[in-house]
Amino acid sequence: MRYEDVADLIPGLVDGTVSIDDRTRVFIESDLRCQAELARYRKLLRGLGTLRTTYLEPAPGGLAQTLNALAAEGERKVARSILTGRRMLVAGAALGGAAVATAATAAVVAARSRRRLVTG
Amino acid sequence: MVEEGELVKAAQAGDRAAFDEIVRRTYLDLFTLAARLTGNEEDARDVVQDAYLRAWRAIDKFRGDAQLSTWLYRITANCASTHLSRRRRNRTEPLGLGFEPVESRYDAQPEAAAESNLDLARIAAAVDALPPKLRAVVVLRDVYGLPHEAIADELGISVSAAKVRLHRARKRLRDDVFEERRSARAV
Repeated sequence: MRYEDVADLIPGLVDGTVSIDDRTRVFIESDLRCQAELARYRKLLRGLGTLRTTYLEPAPGGLAQTLNALAAEGERKVARSILTGRRMLVAGAALGGAAVATAATAAVVAARSRRRLVTG
Repeated sequence: MVEEGELVKAAQAGDRAAFDEIVRRTYLDLFTLAARLTGNEEDARDVVQDAYLRAWRAIDKFRGDAQLSTWLYRITANCASTHLSRRRRNRTEPLGLGFEPVESRYDAQPEAAAESNLDLARIAAAVDALPPKLRAVVVLRDVYGLPHEAIADELGISVSAAKVRLHRARKRLRDDVFEERRSARAV
């Protein structure tokens, strides 16, 4: 086995993204070039991990702008729920009205047919 | 100081002030992630704002299985991915962050810290120089520690594609960071 055979596996070995068989593992552990390369990748990963706590300075106003956008979104949400409530009310009233009208029509029809029966 | 869990519960009950407090506490972190993903301050601001709006709309779906920060990172990654694909259609100029780091946690001796800062600056520059698709994967995995599956989900790619991109990104970074150092020593 040569370094070139395993070189491509090394970037994934540092965090276990790549798994290898025992023969390859033994070779990598004993090969100085592999070890040097592994050390470079470990150093790289440590550095990358440190970037997480290296914060970047946003321009002033970014946070306030986001909070304002959230406030506007909140108002829209309230307006939407009021509108939905009103729509429900209108729909309910319409349904209620329709039900009353249907009942009234039914009553009129029933009364007429009763009258027809009496006169007939 | 109110605990994060309580703030989340209050926000889930519709308390906007509680959500605002979450935003205040996490803004710098999320902005930094957005800036690293987009490589541009203006885009980062838009992405982070969009991410918080989405988070507010979906806060009742946050079950607490993962940490709040991880949940927010995923939303930010998704927003950045959408934003970048939209931007790719319009612009192609190279990225250059040009930010000054505001906080870096080094407790080492001054010389070691100086050496580490140099390495860190070199690594940060190499990350910025990556193509956006490679950069997104390496930032989410190696900087923010998201699992491959989450990265694939948020970027809309397969897990194997995410792993291939990570592999390429690490190789490029390794070449940029260590070859540059070798050539600097040779001078």
